[in-house]
Amino acid sequence: MLKAYYHLLIRDLRLALRNRHELANPLIFFVLVVTLFPLAVTPTPDALEAMAPGVIWVSALLAVLLSLDRLFKQDYDDGSLDQLMLSPNPLMILVLSKVTAHWLLTGLPLVIIAPLLGLFMSLPMEAVSVLIYSLLLGTPVLSLVGAIGVSLTVAVNRGGVLLSLIILPLYIPILIFGANAVDVASDGLPVTGQLLFLGAVLALAVSLAPLATSVALRITASR
Amino acid sequence: MSAPLIKWFTVSALLIGLYGLYLGLFVAPTDYQQGESYRIIFIHVPAAWMSLFIYMVMAISSGIGIIWQIRLADMVAAASAPIGASFTFIALVTGALWGKPMWGAYWVWDARLTSELILLFLYFGYMALQSAIEDQRSADKASGLLAIVGVVNIPIIHYSVEWWNTLHQGATVAKFDKPSMHIDMLIPLLLMAVAFKLFYAAVVLVRTRNEALYRDRNRRWVRELIEKL
Amino acid sequence: MNWSEFFNMGGYAFFVWTSYGLTLIVIVANIISPILQRKKVIARIKRAIKREQLTGG
Repeated sequence: MLKAYYHLLIRDLRLALRNRHELANPLIFFVLVVTLFPLAVTPTPDALEAMAPGVIWVSALLAVLLSLDRLFKQDYDDGSLDQLMLSPNPLMILVLSKVTAHWLLTGLPLVIIAPLLGLFMSLPMEAVSVLIYSLLLGTPVLSLVGAIGVSLTVAVNRGGVLLSLIILPLYIPILIFGANAVDVASDGLPVTGQLLFLGAVLALAVSLAPLATSVALRITASR
Repeated sequence: MSAPLIKWFTVSALLIGLYGLYLGLFVAPTDYQQGESYRIIFIHVPAAWMSLFIYMVMAISSGIGIIWQIRLADMVAAASAPIGASFTFIALVTGALWGKPMWGAYWVWDARLTSELILLFLYFGYMALQSAIEDQRSADKASGLLAIVGVVNIPIIHYSVEWWNTLHQGATVAKFDKPSMHIDMLIPLLLMAVAFKLFYAAVVLVRTRNEALYRDRNRRWVRELIEKL
Repeated sequence: MNWSEFFNMGGYAFFVWTSYGLTLIVIVANIISPILQRKKVIARIKRAIKREQLTGG
């Protein structure tokens, strides 16, 4: 089982590394959207700092949302998704493997680039480290919950807007707690509670989302 | 088929609703804090209850449809969505109209209003997914799964919105205090809630019957029924 | 209490009656739409039957 997990993970990473420019797209999108905000308001450090947590978190949310397509679309189109479902390994494990690959390719880069954006938005140093922690805990949940949405919409033509419609409401708790953690940290207050909540949601998502995703994939495939 | 049941639900919803309205608008005393404007709660609160209740019905019957492959359960879920969205809309609009005299603005990011808004988005997502998938059976299953995922998420969403709200509006006076509610206000409120439930029962039956006719449009029982009409 | 006082709702007439009016509209819409839906479904099936009788004979 573990072997299947690693094999699929390595296959996905390899496939993604073959077209690197596509890999960078969510990242560039993330930076671009955050850059738009200072241009739209008066870019005084105070104003920027006040809106930084929200702006960075919303942009991260949208960047992940736009990249979700990659999770199953290609496999669905070329038929390898059907192959996966026929494999003797539990589908949940394979789903978890695909989600891991997705997070390594989109979530993790977002976390790494985030300090730069913190700098853009004049976040204080303590808040930047909390931003990293909160993204580190939050982005895997975005990938996991997103996987449910993609598996339901992958067979729908032009399912992009539909995907946002069904997934964004489910992202709200992550947004609230993630952005608030950064906000509170920039006032120099403790954020253990917020990070614990994100951790708890991550644990819940890891245990339930792969199950829902595999049921959804079977529904999609039965068409 | 279910015609007598529908008639019974409709008539009792109408009678109980009218009696509830009479008690709520004429008999219930004026609230000492909010004056007459509080009379909006006789529709706002039952509608908010209904919005959540119908989502639960949708999720439970979707679960039954997915696990035991009962088509009727899928049809009930699909028939419930537009009614649930309607009640959510009523709860939002009446909440805003109540908010204006209370808070001085139609829209305040109050925890309940925000939760209702998110619930409305969940309903829209369900209906959008249901209509986007061509094949009826997988549309039912897919949107049903979404409803179940939504139900798992509702407590989390509700908790985080409450938490977020107390953080940003610590000073808001609790306008929705219930414990000290006068019995003459509570009775019409409960009557209206019962009337809304009966109304929902009647409408969902009519809609489910429509779904059944449409989905089985090529079957013999539908053909025979139609030819008799 | 007389009627004009009742309709005035202690100065909150606009909010109270807009709420009740909109609710009434939504409820009526919820009654009418399934009835129309039923008529549409039945008409559609009848057309289908007619078509089949013409072509399938």
